[in-house]
Amino acid sequence: MSQIAVSTTVNGDAVEYLCESDETLLDVLRDRLELTGTKEGCGSGDCGACSVILDGRLVCSCLVLGAEAEGREVETIEGMAEGETLHPLQKKFLEHAALQCGVCTPGFLVAAKALLETNPDPSETEVRYWLAGNLCRCTGYDKIVRAVLDTAKDMRSV
Amino acid sequence: MPDQGVLAIKRDFKLVGTRPLRPDGIDKVTGRARFGADMSAPGMLHALILRSPHAHARIKSIDTSRAEKLPGVKAIVTRDDFTVPKRPDLADICTNVMARDKALYDGHAVAAVAAVSKSVAREALKRIKVDYQVLPHVTDVDKAMSPRAPILHKKMRTEGVEPKPSKASNVAQRHEFGHGDVDKGFAEADIVIERSFKTEATHQGYIEPHACLASAGADGQADLWCCTQGHFMVRNVCANLLGMEVSRLRVTASEIGGGFGGKTTVFIEPVALALSRKAGRPVKLVMSRNEVFRATGPTSSSSTDVKIGIKRNGRITAAKAELRYQGGAFPGSPVQFGAMTAFACYDLENVQTIGYDVVANRPKQAAYRAPGAPMAAFAIESVIDELAKKVGMDPLEFRLLNAARQGTKSSYGPTFGPIGLEATLKESKRHPHHLAPLGPNQGRGVACGFWFNFGGETCVSLNISEDGTVCLSVGNPDIGGSRASMTMMAAEELGIPYEKVRTIIADTAVLGYNEVTDGSRVTFAVGMATIKAARAAITKLCERAAKIWDIPAEAVEWESGYAKPAGANAGNFKPLSLAEIAAAAASTGGPIAGHTEANADGAGVSFATHMVDVEVDPETGKVTVLRYTVFQDAGKAVHPAYVEGQFQGGAAQGVGWAINEEYIYGEDGRLQNAGFLDYRIPVASDLPMIDTVILEIPNPGHPYGVRGVGETSIVPPLAAIANAVSAAAGVRLTHLPMSPPRVLKAMMENGHGA
Repeated sequence: MSQIAVSTTVNGDAVEYLCESDETLLDVLRDRLELTGTKEGCGSGDCGACSVILDGRLVCSCLVLGAEAEGREVETIEGMAEGETLHPLQKKFLEHAALQCGVCTPGFLVAAKALLETNPDPSETEVRYWLAGNLCRCTGYDKIVRAVLDTAKDMRSV
Repeated sequence: MPDQGVLAIKRDFKLVGTRPLRPDGIDKVTGRARFGADMSAPGMLHALILRSPHAHARIKSIDTSRAEKLPGVKAIVTRDDFTVPKRPDLADICTNVMARDKALYDGHAVAAVAAVSKSVAREALKRIKVDYQVLPHVTDVDKAMSPRAPILHKKMRTEGVEPKPSKASNVAQRHEFGHGDVDKGFAEADIVIERSFKTEATHQGYIEPHACLASAGADGQADLWCCTQGHFMVRNVCANLLGMEVSRLRVTASEIGGGFGGKTTVFIEPVALALSRKAGRPVKLVMSRNEVFRATGPTSSSSTDVKIGIKRNGRITAAKAELRYQGGAFPGSPVQFGAMTAFACYDLENVQTIGYDVVANRPKQAAYRAPGAPMAAFAIESVIDELAKKVGMDPLEFRLLNAARQGTKSSYGPTFGPIGLEATLKESKRHPHHLAPLGPNQGRGVACGFWFNFGGETCVSLNISEDGTVCLSVGNPDIGGSRASMTMMAAEELGIPYEKVRTIIADTAVLGYNEVTDGSRVTFAVGMATIKAARAAITKLCERAAKIWDIPAEAVEWESGYAKPAGANAGNFKPLSLAEIAAAAASTGGPIAGHTEANADGAGVSFATHMVDVEVDPETGKVTVLRYTVFQDAGKAVHPAYVEGQFQGGAAQGVGWAINEEYIYGEDGRLQNAGFLDYRIPVASDLPMIDTVILEIPNPGHPYGVRGVGETSIVPPLAAIANAVSAAAGVRLTHLPMSPPRVLKAMMENGHGA
């Protein structure tokens, strides 16, 4: 099976890779680009651990083929902080203790960032429904939802 | 410095009880933290496992020849590559890791392949030919106990019954606990209620699938990287299964993406090691979610009969329960814990519990948070609720009247020391939640829960660097923020800032044996070992100061990070900071460190009361959780935010177990819902905020009074929610999960449905 050559942008950097035709964007990120911050929890689009932003849209990278990233822009958890400066959501997740094991955290952060870019003033219900595609088994979501609401409040007052 | 022992409980803290940021936080919010599947090695191969599609089948032959010929395939292992150890528990693990004469459940591993890529490995699996003779199967616990049930293990004779049976059965063991005379107690009762309950199997549902990277060399040495709750356990079990000397295998624990008990055993690790040994190259093996559901975890399904008798004034005269748990294809269901914990919340004169450990054609159960206790509490607390209603008492008042207290002889034997059950009940009685009004189709439920908590073998090492910073090495994977708690306790003892201590999870070559992260033991046992290691280091720091001052070591005391002369007679010296003493270490005797090796005893038991409001849709039977409050005794909350997190997480898992999650088997014995779409764990939009009330009744067995908190929080929710749903639906629900069809059916049968 011949491989497909792909040119794309990941976290602002131009990237080129070869991938199989059946290889997911998640596998490419993790296995070929060594961006292992994006996690695989299910491989079927049910858990959100592999959430990335593709041309501004929140997607499960396990449901996107590596070849589909051609000419597009991919944002992953590794691109969220700017150098030493954490994104406000990353800070608030730490302050609120919104993670226990932390494996779902990259997906939640990417998804929450996409939410706040779409809706800077979400209600608790809106946060809960937006994040309903991201599974967390540790926290019961309480502290995650509070962290997102608190971030939104802070970001609005900036 | 005199040894303060563990009897003097410290209650005055600078750091303990505050909420600093976790030391592994930045890595976890930036994607840098490395979990099980995030490690790779040069020359690494990818492995996959072939699994049985049958619930019960004799494996007549396995032909791997066509797969071996596929270019890129580097190693294949089957049952022939493992020698079953003699020790029965290890023999079962070995047989579970790779099927032998029979496949015992849908998903049982039969062969494994290591190849240059995942796609080659996938193709190779298709080329392995397994000749199965399909056998009759059984997956239900009550059916598995029937004399006509298909037998899983020809040699199994029920343990714990006299005389020992001569016939094989699926009942591995009978357990019995209790005291007094239940027949006499029931004869004295004015009201007796008897009910039967069922719960379905649920999975721990950690988001990170099992993953490991093994590298075994021809010299007999091997390294393993894996996500586990206990890398020392992994080392010992794998070494046994592979016929290795224990110290030749070094295991490093990755960050762990949840476990809840499900990562306290091995599944893929011995397979990856065997493949690596055969191929002579590193092998990475990562489970798919489908494999996680079919072949790891879950907890037991259960069937329980409860009988409780009371006087008209509400006092219990006798309590009895028979619990039947299937634990999958091997002995070891947590029914013993179920039988021990069932009535632990009550002060009873006459109590008896009998438990049956049953095997069935399902994956070997793994521990799940307070193993065995939630199902027992569901049954008992449901009957307690009904009895309270029968005599017209508030359910909290009824429980207070019968509650276990300090001095109560527990239903499982020991007499309780200072415990917090009464405090949680009193606190819940005066909480605003208890007094809030309810709307139509809404109900409120309460329930109590108990868990033992464990201590166990622990080894930690605390090293002081020359600039006065400290490295603390512990041997327990940090599953929910324990590095923060350990750092706090070390800094608290030494009297230095939190930021001056770095805590790491050391590999198996660095420390002595540490039991797995389970039994809510880490903050208690590893915390105690950390405190003792810090105190040992302080003794040395005082000795070094004494040397610098040229006075006897006994004349030096430690206070808030400084050595100082103990009183005027010791001499007049300016106190020396930890950093100053550390800087002079080379000239006063070399490195300064503190170590602890212990088998921690004295884990304080813990109790919780949960209160929940639900609404039941009379048209669909759907249950919505509206409000939830957890009241639990933590002894001392070291990092309250992570204590709250444990309370909230346990409650949320309980909500899933109570209303949604279940293993569904078809007539063919195959799991029908092996994925997160059909096995639906609670999502953010399913839950309200979960309020928490932390109570602190000090545990006399810990220097700071700490009790484990991780497990108790999943014991009450099943019952609390069932009591709430029963109140809202107007009919007693006795079968979990209370999914819409089940609730609707119960309501219609009772004439309540829309």
